[in-house]
Amino acid sequence: MISHPTLTELSEAIAAFDAEAPAPGDARHAFLARVADNARATVAREAEQGAQLETEAIERLKALLGCEGDFTKLNADLCEALRSGGMSTRDPALLAHLRATAIGQIRIDQPSYGGLEALLASD
Amino acid sequence: MTPGQGGNLTAMDVAAALDRLAPRLSPTATVARNARRLSGGASLETWAFDLDDGSPLILRRRPDGALPRDTALPLSSEAALIRAADTAGAPAPSVVHVCEPGDDLGEAYVMHRLEGETLGRRIVRDEAFARVRPGLARRCGEVLARIHAVPIDDLPPLATSDAKGELARYERLYRQMDAQRPILEAAFRWLGSIAPPAPQRPVLVHGDFRNGNLMIHPGHGLVGVLDWELAHLGDPAEDLGWMCVNSWRFGEWRRPVGGFGDYADLLAGHGGDITLERVKFWQALGSLKWGVMCLMMYQSFAAGADRSIERAMIGRRTSETEIDLVALMEAA
Repeated sequence: MISHPTLTELSEAIAAFDAEAPAPGDARHAFLARVADNARATVAREAEQGAQLETEAIERLKALLGCEGDFTKLNADLCEALRSGGMSTRDPALLAHLRATAIGQIRIDQPSYGGLEALLASD
Repeated sequence: MTPGQGGNLTAMDVAAALDRLAPRLSPTATVARNARRLSGGASLETWAFDLDDGSPLILRRRPDGALPRDTALPLSSEAALIRAADTAGAPAPSVVHVCEPGDDLGEAYVMHRLEGETLGRRIVRDEAFARVRPGLARRCGEVLARIHAVPIDDLPPLATSDAKGELARYERLYRQMDAQRPILEAAFRWLGSIAPPAPQRPVLVHGDFRNGNLMIHPGHGLVGVLDWELAHLGDPAEDLGWMCVNSWRFGEWRRPVGGFGDYADLLAGHGGDITLERVKFWQALGSLKWGVMCLMMYQSFAAGADRSIERAMIGRRTSETEIDLVALMEAA
Protein backbone atom coordinates (compact mmCIF):
# COMPACT_ATOMS: atom_id res chain seq x y z
CA MET A 1 0.00 0.00 0.00
CA ILE A 2 2.94 2.35 0.48
CA SER A 3 4.15 4.07 -2.67
CA HIS A 4 6.65 6.79 -3.70
CA PRO A 5 8.67 4.58 -3.53
CA THR A 6 7.06 1.14 -3.37
CA LEU A 7 8.72 -1.77 -1.58
CA THR A 8 9.76 -3.13 -5.00
CA GLU A 9 11.38 0.16 -6.06
CA LEU A 10 13.27 0.37 -2.76
CA SER A 11 14.53 -3.18 -3.16
CA GLU A 12 15.66 -2.42 -6.72
CA ALA A 13 17.49 0.70 -5.60
CA ILE A 14 19.26 -1.28 -2.84
CA ALA A 15 20.27 -4.00 -5.31
CA ALA A 16 21.58 -1.38 -7.76
CA PHE A 17 23.61 0.25 -5.01
CA ASP A 18 25.02 -3.09 -3.85
CA ALA A 19 26.17 -3.81 -7.42
CA GLU A 20 28.30 -0.64 -7.54
CA ALA A 21 32.05 -0.88 -7.15
CA PRO A 22 33.20 2.25 -5.32
CA ALA A 23 36.65 3.79 -5.55
CA PRO A 24 38.48 3.49 -2.19
CA GLY A 25 37.73 6.42 0.11
CA ASP A 26 34.74 7.59 -1.94
CA ALA A 27 32.88 9.86 0.53
CA ARG A 28 29.68 9.94 -1.50
CA HIS A 29 29.61 6.12 -1.57
CA ALA A 30 30.08 5.98 2.20
CA PHE A 31 27.11 8.32 2.63
CA LEU A 32 24.96 6.27 0.27
CA ALA A 33 25.94 3.09 2.11
CA ARG A 34 24.31 4.50 5.25
CA VAL A 35 21.21 5.42 3.24
CA ALA A 36 21.13 1.88 1.83
CA ASP A 37 21.29 0.43 5.36
CA ASN A 38 18.30 2.58 6.34
CA ALA A 39 16.50 1.40 3.21
CA ARG A 40 17.16 -2.25 4.13
CA ALA A 41 15.70 -1.66 7.59
CA THR A 42 12.65 0.01 6.05
CA VAL A 43 12.14 -2.90 3.67
CA ALA A 44 12.38 -5.35 6.59
CA ARG A 45 9.82 -3.42 8.65
CA GLU A 46 7.44 -3.16 5.72
CA ALA A 47 7.73 -6.89 5.03
CA GLU A 48 6.74 -7.49 8.63
CA GLN A 49 4.05 -4.84 9.15
CA GLY A 50 2.82 -3.81 5.69
CA ALA A 51 0.11 -6.43 5.12
CA GLN A 52 -1.52 -5.90 8.52
CA LEU A 53 -1.43 -2.14 7.96
CA GLU A 54 -3.19 -2.50 4.63
CA THR A 55 -5.88 -4.79 6.05
CA GLU A 56 -6.64 -2.30 8.82
CA ALA A 57 -6.62 0.66 6.42
CA ILE A 58 -9.12 -1.06 4.11
CA GLU A 59 -11.49 -1.67 7.02
CA ARG A 60 -11.31 1.97 8.12
CA LEU A 61 -11.75 3.26 4.56
CA LYS A 62 -14.82 1.05 3.96
CA ALA A 63 -16.47 2.43 7.09
CA LEU A 64 -15.46 6.01 6.30
CA LEU A 65 -16.57 5.98 2.67
CA GLY A 66 -19.42 3.46 2.88
CA CYS A 67 -18.21 1.57 -0.17
CA GLU A 68 -16.17 -1.47 -1.17
CA GLY A 69 -12.93 -1.96 -3.07
CA ASP A 70 -9.25 -2.66 -2.73
CA PHE A 71 -6.86 -0.29 -0.98
CA THR A 72 -5.85 1.58 -4.12
CA LYS A 73 -9.46 2.31 -5.11
CA LEU A 74 -10.62 3.26 -1.62
CA ASN A 75 -7.60 5.48 -1.01
CA ALA A 76 -8.11 7.24 -4.37
CA ASP A 77 -11.80 7.70 -3.52
CA LEU A 78 -10.86 9.33 -0.22
CA CYS A 79 -8.39 11.67 -1.97
CA GLU A 80 -11.08 12.68 -4.45
CA ALA A 81 -13.63 13.27 -1.67
CA LEU A 82 -11.14 15.57 0.06
CA ARG A 83 -10.09 17.34 -3.13
CA SER A 84 -13.69 18.02 -4.18
CA GLY A 85 -14.74 19.12 -0.70
CA GLY A 86 -17.20 16.20 -0.44
CA MET A 87 -15.61 15.25 2.88
CA SER A 88 -14.88 17.82 5.59
CA THR A 89 -11.33 17.93 6.93
CA ARG A 90 -12.87 18.29 10.41
CA ASP A 91 -14.72 14.95 10.28
CA PRO A 92 -13.58 13.03 13.40
CA ALA A 93 -13.70 9.68 11.60
CA LEU A 94 -11.51 11.12 8.85
CA LEU A 95 -9.02 12.49 11.36
CA ALA A 96 -8.93 9.13 13.15
CA HIS A 97 -8.16 7.39 9.84
CA LEU A 98 -5.44 9.89 8.93
CA ARG A 99 -3.88 9.55 12.37
CA ALA A 100 -3.80 5.75 12.18
CA THR A 101 -2.40 5.93 8.63
CA ALA A 102 0.36 8.35 9.61
CA ILE A 103 1.37 6.31 12.67
CA GLY A 104 1.40 3.07 10.71
CA GLN A 105 3.56 4.44 7.94
CA ILE A 106 6.10 6.31 10.06
CA ARG A 107 6.64 3.10 12.07
CA ILE A 108 7.86 1.59 8.81
CA ASP A 109 9.60 4.57 7.22
CA GLN A 110 11.27 6.26 10.18
CA PRO A 111 10.25 4.88 13.59
CA SER A 112 12.67 7.17 15.47
CA TYR A 113 11.15 10.36 14.01
CA GLY A 114 10.22 12.81 16.78
CA GLY A 115 6.81 13.50 15.26
CA LEU A 116 5.65 10.00 16.21
CA GLU A 117 6.43 10.50 19.88
CA ALA A 118 4.85 13.95 19.66
CA LEU A 119 1.59 12.65 18.21
CA LEU A 120 1.35 9.78 20.70
CA ALA A 121 2.00 12.25 23.55
CA SER A 122 -0.94 14.39 22.38
CA ASP A 123 -3.50 11.69 23.36
CA MET B 1 38.28 22.23 -22.00
CA THR B 2 37.63 25.94 -21.54
CA PRO B 3 35.90 26.53 -18.23
CA GLY B 4 32.38 27.82 -18.48
CA GLN B 5 31.89 26.40 -21.97
CA GLY B 6 30.57 22.99 -21.01
CA GLY B 7 31.89 20.12 -18.95
CA ASN B 8 32.67 20.85 -15.36
CA LEU B 9 35.63 22.33 -13.58
CA THR B 10 37.90 19.84 -11.89
CA ALA B 11 39.33 20.49 -8.45
CA MET B 12 42.56 21.46 -10.20
CA ASP B 13 40.75 23.98 -12.43
CA VAL B 14 39.10 25.56 -9.40
CA ALA B 15 42.37 25.68 -7.45
CA ALA B 16 44.20 27.27 -10.39
CA ALA B 17 41.49 29.88 -10.94
CA LEU B 18 41.45 30.77 -7.22
CA ASP B 19 45.24 31.09 -7.30
CA ARG B 20 45.02 33.64 -10.13
CA LEU B 21 42.24 35.46 -8.30
CA ALA B 22 44.01 35.57 -4.90
CA PRO B 23 45.67 39.02 -5.21
CA ARG B 24 42.29 40.56 -5.99
CA LEU B 25 40.67 38.93 -2.93
CA SER B 26 43.13 40.43 -0.48
CA PRO B 27 45.88 43.04 -1.04
CA THR B 28 48.34 41.02 1.05
CA ALA B 29 47.71 37.67 -0.68
CA THR B 30 49.60 36.16 -3.60
CA VAL B 31 48.21 32.60 -3.83
CA ALA B 32 45.28 30.44 -2.70
CA ARG B 33 45.74 27.22 -0.77
CA ASN B 34 43.86 24.12 0.35
CA ALA B 35 40.91 24.44 -2.05
CA ARG B 36 38.53 21.62 -1.15
CA ARG B 37 34.94 20.87 -2.02
CA LEU B 38 32.65 20.72 0.99
CA SER B 39 29.85 18.18 0.91
CA GLY B 40 26.47 19.72 0.43
CA GLY B 41 23.96 20.76 -2.15
CA ALA B 42 23.76 19.28 -5.62
CA SER B 43 22.50 22.50 -7.21
CA LEU B 44 25.41 24.55 -5.89
CA GLU B 45 29.03 23.76 -5.10
CA THR B 46 30.68 25.10 -1.97
CA TRP B 47 34.49 25.21 -1.81
CA ALA B 48 36.60 26.18 1.20
CA PHE B 49 40.06 27.68 0.63
CA ASP B 50 42.63 29.92 2.29
CA LEU B 51 44.81 32.74 1.07
CA ASP B 52 48.52 32.75 1.92
CA ASP B 53 47.93 35.80 4.17
CA GLY B 54 45.67 33.59 6.31
CA SER B 55 42.23 34.74 5.10
CA PRO B 56 39.72 31.86 5.31
CA LEU B 57 37.30 32.03 2.37
CA ILE B 58 34.40 30.21 0.72
CA LEU B 59 33.62 29.95 -2.99
CA ARG B 60 30.00 29.36 -3.97
CA ARG B 61 29.53 28.35 -7.58
CA ARG B 62 26.94 26.85 -9.84
CA PRO B 63 28.20 23.73 -11.61
CA ASP B 64 28.51 24.39 -15.33
CA GLY B 65 25.35 23.44 -17.14
CA ALA B 66 23.34 23.16 -13.93
CA LEU B 67 20.10 25.06 -14.20
CA PRO B 68 18.95 26.98 -11.15
CA ARG B 69 15.89 25.54 -9.41
CA ASP B 70 12.84 27.31 -10.77
CA THR B 71 12.64 29.65 -7.80
CA ALA B 72 16.36 29.91 -7.05
CA LEU B 73 18.17 33.21 -7.52
CA PRO B 74 21.22 33.87 -9.69
CA LEU B 75 24.33 33.86 -7.48
CA SER B 76 25.00 37.54 -8.16
CA SER B 77 21.57 38.28 -6.62
CA GLU B 78 22.36 36.03 -3.67
CA ALA B 79 25.59 37.98 -3.13
CA ALA B 80 23.71 41.30 -3.32
CA LEU B 81 21.20 40.09 -0.70
CA ILE B 82 23.95 38.96 1.66
CA ARG B 83 25.51 42.42 1.34
CA ALA B 84 22.15 44.09 2.01
CA ALA B 85 21.56 41.89 5.07
CA ASP B 86 25.08 42.62 6.31
CA THR B 87 24.39 46.36 5.98
CA ALA B 88 21.10 45.95 7.88
CA GLY B 89 22.95 44.36 10.80
CA ALA B 90 21.96 40.73 10.21
CA PRO B 91 24.91 38.34 10.66
CA ALA B 92 26.04 37.18 7.24
CA PRO B 93 29.37 36.22 5.72
CA SER B 94 30.93 39.28 4.04
CA VAL B 95 30.97 38.98 0.27
CA VAL B 96 34.52 39.54 -0.99
CA HIS B 97 34.11 39.21 -4.75
CA VAL B 98 31.41 38.42 -7.31
CA CYS B 99 33.06 36.47 -10.13
CA GLU B 100 33.29 37.78 -13.67
CA PRO B 101 33.74 35.81 -16.92
CA GLY B 102 37.53 36.42 -16.90
CA ASP B 103 37.81 34.69 -13.51
CA ASP B 104 37.18 31.29 -15.18
CA LEU B 105 34.95 30.14 -12.34
CA GLY B 106 31.58 30.48 -14.04
CA GLU B 107 28.65 31.78 -12.00
CA ALA B 108 30.22 32.20 -8.56
CA TYR B 109 31.15 34.48 -5.70
CA VAL B 110 33.64 34.49 -2.84
CA MET B 111 32.79 35.23 0.79
CA HIS B 112 34.47 35.06 4.17
CA ARG B 113 34.47 31.69 5.88
CA LEU B 114 32.79 31.87 9.28
CA GLU B 115 33.76 29.72 12.20
CA GLY B 116 31.04 27.55 13.70
CA GLU B 117 28.68 24.64 13.11
CA THR B 118 25.76 24.21 10.70
CA LEU B 119 24.85 20.59 11.44
CA GLY B 120 21.46 20.75 13.17
CA ARG B 121 21.89 17.54 15.13
CA ARG B 122 25.04 18.86 16.79
CA ILE B 123 23.53 22.27 17.45
CA VAL B 124 20.53 20.78 19.31
CA ARG B 125 22.48 18.08 21.23
CA ASP B 126 26.19 18.76 21.62
CA GLU B 127 27.42 19.98 24.98
CA ALA B 128 29.56 22.55 23.15
CA PHE B 129 26.40 24.52 22.27
CA ALA B 130 24.63 24.19 25.65
CA ARG B 131 25.65 27.70 26.63
CA VAL B 132 24.26 29.43 23.52
CA ARG B 133 21.12 27.31 22.99
CA PRO B 134 18.89 29.12 25.55
CA GLY B 135 19.30 32.46 23.76
CA LEU B 136 19.14 31.21 20.18
CA ALA B 137 15.38 31.38 19.54
CA ARG B 138 15.19 35.01 20.62
CA ARG B 139 18.29 35.82 18.59
CA CYS B 140 16.73 34.16 15.52
CA GLY B 141 13.69 36.42 15.96
CA GLU B 142 15.91 39.51 16.24
CA VAL B 143 17.93 38.58 13.17
CA LEU B 144 14.79 37.87 11.15
CA ALA B 145 13.41 41.28 12.16
CA ARG B 146 16.55 42.89 10.71
CA ILE B 147 16.25 40.92 7.48
CA HIS B 148 12.56 41.83 7.24
CA ALA B 149 13.46 45.51 7.70
CA VAL B 150 15.92 45.60 4.77
CA PRO B 151 14.79 48.37 2.37
CA ILE B 152 13.45 46.49 -0.65
CA ASP B 153 13.71 49.20 -3.30
CA ASP B 154 17.39 48.66 -4.00
CA LEU B 155 17.36 44.84 -4.04
CA PRO B 156 17.89 42.74 -7.16
CA PRO B 157 14.69 41.49 -8.86
CA LEU B 158 12.80 39.11 -6.56
CA ALA B 159 9.54 37.21 -6.91
CA THR B 160 6.66 38.13 -4.60
CA SER B 161 4.54 35.42 -3.01
CA ASP B 162 1.85 35.05 -0.36
CA ALA B 163 0.11 32.22 1.47
CA LYS B 164 -2.58 31.52 -1.12
CA GLY B 165 -0.08 31.72 -3.99
CA GLU B 166 2.32 29.29 -2.28
CA LEU B 167 -0.50 26.86 -1.54
CA ALA B 168 -1.66 26.97 -5.16
CA ARG B 169 1.90 26.49 -6.46
CA TYR B 170 2.55 23.45 -4.28
CA GLU B 171 -0.86 21.95 -5.01
CA ARG B 172 -0.06 22.19 -8.75
CA LEU B 173 3.27 20.44 -8.18
CA TYR B 174 1.52 17.76 -6.12
CA ARG B 175 -1.16 17.17 -8.80
CA GLN B 176 1.50 16.76 -11.49
CA MET B 177 2.85 13.71 -9.64
CA ASP B 178 -0.32 11.64 -9.46
CA ALA B 179 0.34 10.67 -5.84
CA GLN B 180 -2.63 9.65 -3.70
CA ARG B 181 -1.89 11.08 -0.25
CA PRO B 182 -5.05 11.80 1.75
CA ILE B 183 -3.17 13.64 4.50
CA LEU B 184 -1.67 16.06 1.99
CA GLU B 185 -5.08 16.46 0.31
CA ALA B 186 -6.67 17.30 3.66
CA ALA B 187 -3.84 19.73 4.47
CA PHE B 188 -4.32 21.61 1.18
CA ARG B 189 -8.04 22.04 1.95
CA TRP B 190 -7.50 22.94 5.61
CA LEU B 191 -4.76 25.48 4.95
CA GLY B 192 -6.71 26.93 2.01
CA SER B 193 -9.57 27.65 4.40
CA ILE B 194 -7.41 29.53 6.93
CA ALA B 195 -4.76 31.16 4.69
CA PRO B 196 -4.00 34.71 5.86
CA PRO B 197 -4.27 37.57 3.35
CA ALA B 198 -1.10 38.86 1.69
CA PRO B 199 0.74 41.34 3.93
CA GLN B 200 0.04 44.97 3.08
CA ARG B 201 3.74 45.59 2.69
CA PRO B 202 5.77 42.59 1.47
CA VAL B 203 9.20 42.29 3.08
CA LEU B 204 12.45 40.55 2.19
CA VAL B 205 11.90 36.89 3.17
CA HIS B 206 14.99 34.66 3.44
CA GLY B 207 12.98 31.64 2.33
CA ASP B 208 15.13 28.88 3.88
CA PHE B 209 15.83 30.18 7.41
CA ARG B 210 16.12 27.00 9.48
CA ASN B 211 18.43 25.00 11.71
CA GLY B 212 20.92 23.67 9.15
CA ASN B 213 21.32 26.94 7.26
CA LEU B 214 22.53 28.92 10.28
CA MET B 215 26.17 29.13 11.32
CA ILE B 216 26.25 28.71 15.10
CA HIS B 217 29.39 29.46 17.12
CA PRO B 218 29.76 27.74 20.53
CA GLY B 219 30.59 31.08 22.17
CA HIS B 220 28.90 33.70 20.01
CA GLY B 221 25.70 31.92 18.95
CA LEU B 222 24.23 32.81 15.55
CA VAL B 223 27.06 34.32 13.50
CA GLY B 224 25.85 33.82 9.95
CA VAL B 225 22.66 33.28 7.96
CA LEU B 226 23.51 31.13 4.92
CA ASP B 227 21.85 29.88 1.72
CA TRP B 228 19.93 32.86 0.40
CA GLU B 229 19.00 31.32 -2.95
CA LEU B 230 15.27 31.02 -2.11
CA ALA B 231 14.87 34.64 -0.96
CA HIS B 232 11.80 36.51 -2.17
CA LEU B 233 9.36 39.21 -1.11
CA GLY B 234 6.43 38.18 1.04
CA ASP B 235 5.04 37.57 4.51
CA PRO B 236 7.56 37.86 7.37
CA ALA B 237 5.68 35.09 9.24
CA GLU B 238 6.83 32.67 6.50
CA ASP B 239 10.43 32.73 7.82
CA LEU B 240 9.31 32.28 11.45
CA GLY B 241 7.03 29.37 10.52
CA TRP B 242 9.69 27.57 8.43
CA MET B 243 12.07 27.83 11.40
CA CYS B 244 9.53 25.83 13.47
CA VAL B 245 8.88 22.92 11.06
CA ASN B 246 9.43 19.68 13.00
CA SER B 247 11.72 18.30 10.27
CA TRP B 248 14.40 20.81 11.36
CA ARG B 249 14.17 20.03 15.10
CA PHE B 250 16.47 17.03 14.81
CA GLY B 251 14.51 14.91 17.28
CA GLU B 252 14.10 17.69 19.86
CA TRP B 253 10.40 18.05 19.01
CA ARG B 254 9.47 19.66 22.33
CA ARG B 255 11.45 22.76 21.33
CA PRO B 256 9.57 24.13 18.32
CA VAL B 257 12.15 26.69 17.25
CA GLY B 258 14.85 24.68 15.50
CA GLY B 259 14.92 22.05 18.27
CA PHE B 260 16.43 24.60 20.68
CA GLY B 261 13.80 27.18 21.67
CA ASP B 262 10.21 28.23 22.22
CA TYR B 263 7.70 30.17 20.16
CA ALA B 264 7.46 32.98 22.74
CA ASP B 265 11.18 33.78 22.49
CA LEU B 266 11.15 33.76 18.69
CA LEU B 267 8.11 36.08 18.56
CA ALA B 268 9.49 38.42 21.24
CA GLY B 269 12.84 38.60 19.43
CA HIS B 270 11.04 39.65 16.28
CA GLY B 271 9.43 42.52 18.18
CA GLY B 272 6.04 41.07 19.07
CA ASP B 273 4.51 42.18 15.75
CA ILE B 274 3.55 38.72 14.46
CA THR B 275 0.89 36.44 15.94
CA LEU B 276 1.57 32.84 16.95
CA GLU B 277 -1.45 31.84 14.88
CA ARG B 278 0.15 33.24 11.72
CA VAL B 279 3.46 31.53 12.47
CA LYS B 280 1.70 28.19 13.00
CA PHE B 281 -0.11 28.56 9.68
CA TRP B 282 3.24 29.01 7.91
CA GLN B 283 4.75 26.16 9.94
CA ALA B 284 2.01 23.81 8.71
CA LEU B 285 2.41 25.09 5.14
CA GLY B 286 6.15 24.50 5.58
CA SER B 287 5.55 20.84 6.49
CA LEU B 288 3.23 20.50 3.51
CA LYS B 289 5.80 22.07 1.16
CA TRP B 290 8.57 19.81 2.47
CA GLY B 291 6.28 16.80 1.95
CA VAL B 292 5.70 17.80 -1.69
CA MET B 293 9.43 18.41 -2.15
CA CYS B 294 10.22 14.90 -0.84
CA LEU B 295 7.77 13.45 -3.38
CA MET B 296 9.35 15.53 -6.15
CA MET B 297 12.83 14.31 -5.27
CA TYR B 298 11.52 10.74 -5.34
CA GLN B 299 10.01 11.54 -8.74
CA SER B 300 13.47 12.15 -10.19
CA PHE B 301 14.28 8.55 -9.15
CA ALA B 302 11.04 7.18 -10.64
CA ALA B 303 11.57 9.07 -13.90
CA GLY B 304 15.11 7.68 -14.17
CA ALA B 305 16.83 11.08 -13.91
CA ASP B 306 18.62 10.06 -10.70
CA ARG B 307 18.46 6.36 -9.79
CA SER B 308 20.40 6.73 -6.54
CA ILE B 309 19.21 5.08 -3.35
CA GLU B 310 19.16 8.56 -1.78
CA ARG B 311 16.52 9.82 -4.22
CA ALA B 312 14.42 6.71 -3.68
CA MET B 313 14.59 6.90 0.11
CA ILE B 314 13.77 10.60 0.38
CA GLY B 315 10.28 9.77 -0.85
CA ARG B 316 9.85 7.89 2.42
CA ARG B 317 10.41 11.14 4.33
CA THR B 318 7.03 12.37 3.07
CA SER B 319 5.45 10.45 5.94
CA GLU B 320 7.33 12.57 8.50
CA THR B 321 5.53 15.64 7.18
CA GLU B 322 2.25 13.71 7.18
CA ILE B 323 2.47 12.79 10.85
CA ASP B 324 3.32 16.41 11.68
CA LEU B 325 0.37 17.65 9.60
CA VAL B 326 -2.00 15.24 11.38
CA ALA B 327 -0.84 16.59 14.75
CA LEU B 328 -1.37 20.18 13.55
CA MET B 329 -4.81 19.40 12.09
CA GLU B 330 -5.91 17.68 15.28
CA ALA B 331 -4.81 20.67 17.35
CA ALA B 332 -6.52 23.20 15.07
